[in-house]
Amino acid sequence: MPAKHLEASVRYPPGERAGAAVIELRGEIDGFSQEALDAAYAEAESRDPDIILLNFSEVDYINSTGIALIVGLLAKARASRRRLLACGLSDHYVEIFNITRLSDFMSLFPDEESALTKSAGA
Amino acid sequence: MKRGKNRWRLWRTVLGQGSREAQVIAPATEERVRSTEVPAPEIAPNDPILAYFQNVAGIVDVEKLELDSPALREMKSAGVKMAIPLVSQGELIGVLNLGPRMSQQEYSADDRKLLADLASQTAPAVRLAQLVRQQQAEAQERERIEQELRIARLIQQTLLPKVVPQLEGWSIAAHYQPAREVGGDFYDFMELEDGRLGIVVGDVTDKGVPAALVMATTRTILRSAAQRFDSPGEVLQRANDVLYPDIPPNMFVTCLYAILDPESGVLRYANAGHDLPYRRYEEGAQELRARGMPLGLMPGMAYEEKEVLLDHGDSVLFYSDGLVEAHNPEREMFGFPHLQALIGDHGANSEGTLVEFLLNELAKFTGEGWEQEDDITLVTLQRSEGVMSVDGPAVSSSEEAGGGENWRTLERLSVPSEPGNEREAMEKVAEVAKQAGLDPGRMEKLKTAVAEATMNAMEHGNKYRAEVPVVIEVLSSGKALSVRITDQGGSPVPKSEVPDLEAKLEGLQTPRGWGLFLIESMVDEMNVASDEKHHTVELVLYLKGEGDAS
Repeated sequence: MPAKHLEASVRYPPGERAGAAVIELRGEIDGFSQEALDAAYAEAESRDPDIILLNFSEVDYINSTGIALIVGLLAKARASRRRLLACGLSDHYVEIFNITRLSDFMSLFPDEESALTKSAGA
Repeated sequence: MKRGKNRWRLWRTVLGQGSREAQVIAPATEERVRSTEVPAPEIAPNDPILAYFQNVAGIVDVEKLELDSPALREMKSAGVKMAIPLVSQGELIGVLNLGPRMSQQEYSADDRKLLADLASQTAPAVRLAQLVRQQQAEAQERERIEQELRIARLIQQTLLPKVVPQLEGWSIAAHYQPAREVGGDFYDFMELEDGRLGIVVGDVTDKGVPAALVMATTRTILRSAAQRFDSPGEVLQRANDVLYPDIPPNMFVTCLYAILDPESGVLRYANAGHDLPYRRYEEGAQELRARGMPLGLMPGMAYEEKEVLLDHGDSVLFYSDGLVEAHNPEREMFGFPHLQALIGDHGANSEGTLVEFLLNELAKFTGEGWEQEDDITLVTLQRSEGVMSVDGPAVSSSEEAGGGENWRTLERLSVPSEPGNEREAMEKVAEVAKQAGLDPGRMEKLKTAVAEATMNAMEHGNKYRAEVPVVIEVLSSGKALSVRITDQGGSPVPKSEVPDLEAKLEGLQTPRGWGLFLIESMVDEMNVASDEKHHTVELVLYLKGEGDAS
């Protein structure tokens, strides 16, 4: 197996965007990604943010197992009454988020800027 | 010719114009030159007169000779007067015996000189004649042995299979290399009911024609028993009971009989004292043991029966002792441990077949100028790595896709069933699709569909067995692209519930189960077909999207 599948790192934007955690994803979201994704999510949750934003701009592949992992994160976020957002998805994955109806439960934004700005007051 | 065992016989010939009678003692095997009325006295090999004749120089007056020799007494009573030993290169090759002169006169000094000269000149000529005869006899004996070898070889080669069976998903190889003096090796394949295959490898003690005849008989008995009995143990038991009363004393047959079910890969076997076969599998080489006495030794024997499952990529080697008992110039034996280690080393990715590999190793071991001591027989059975030898089941795409006879294969590829390999399949298919002119806007859909279908094939069809590949064929009709993804599960992906995200978020459905849903959402057509061995999913995308927004 290739060593690299998914790298995930967590940032907490300062200032008016406080209360949000950004999980930057790089690589592929598939069956190999669970550990990295869960660890990043746990880290993001540790500061009890209202919003967790998944930034997919460096993600080039998401498969059905990856979708299942995102569903898992969404369920966790809903259970702890946090808002899960997504940005940086390619047109193709936006379509997939639409047909799976993931987009009904997590707002999709073109980029991090728009996600954090538009969701700040919501 | 072994001189020490010869009886010597006195025989007589007439020299000159009948004025003298002469007799020559020569080995009993010599043909008589002239018949005689006088019975030829025999000289025993231990008679002291032989040593005397050998060492005496010149003519012997028989009447004056005093020796405790039965032959001498016989010669005297037969009226022999003079004996002239014929000695060539220190070896006594005959004796010229003369009776009394017909004129009743004594032999003169001239007579004696003439006889002595005659003897010294005759001896080498007689010796030469003897050697020529001897060589002729040896040549005849060699010819007889060669003829026997030809017959033995003919019997053997007539009865060995001319071709090896062709079984789907298996490769079978046989190699038979007779020694100069043909041993009793044999092997056989028998087609049994339900597509099963009977495999025999055996060795008859002894060599040449007797071994070939016993081999022929054993083969016939086994063939008949194999059709009557389903179990290898019973087949050997029956063969032993039939063979025992008729086999010549001191002969027996070692024999391994196995039945392969090519569908399941199960090999059942029993062994009548033959060298244990080896199974090569992922972890190395393993002996396949089963106990039993050789055929023809004792009546009423039972044969232990064992079973082994041959997985994809596994092979089995059946062989005869000619391989393991081959010697190198240092007189070391090839041996079982060496063989087992070599089989373990010969992996699925090794170059050449196992038979080629072993013959090569044997040649390295024995060195040049090796004279093969015994027959060498190798039979191998290998279950394929899972690469399909036939196409998957036929799928039928719609008229709209350009179906019918118009499909042209652009690429055929396979990936091992290992997690993550769907990406490799996806990239390769995308490359072909690009060349085929698939609308770039539809490329991502194709990639997702191919990745998901390949994952399903690896997981549900091939159970993530790395050695079982997923085979992918990419075709074009000019209007549409077809990707046919075939696994070897033989059953479709179990239909899961239509994924309902709300139910998943509530924990009422598994978060998974998106694969088929995604595929169906990505392609213009999805067709499936299964036969008992394969399952194929066909993904069809029209080359130009109609009103496609993406």
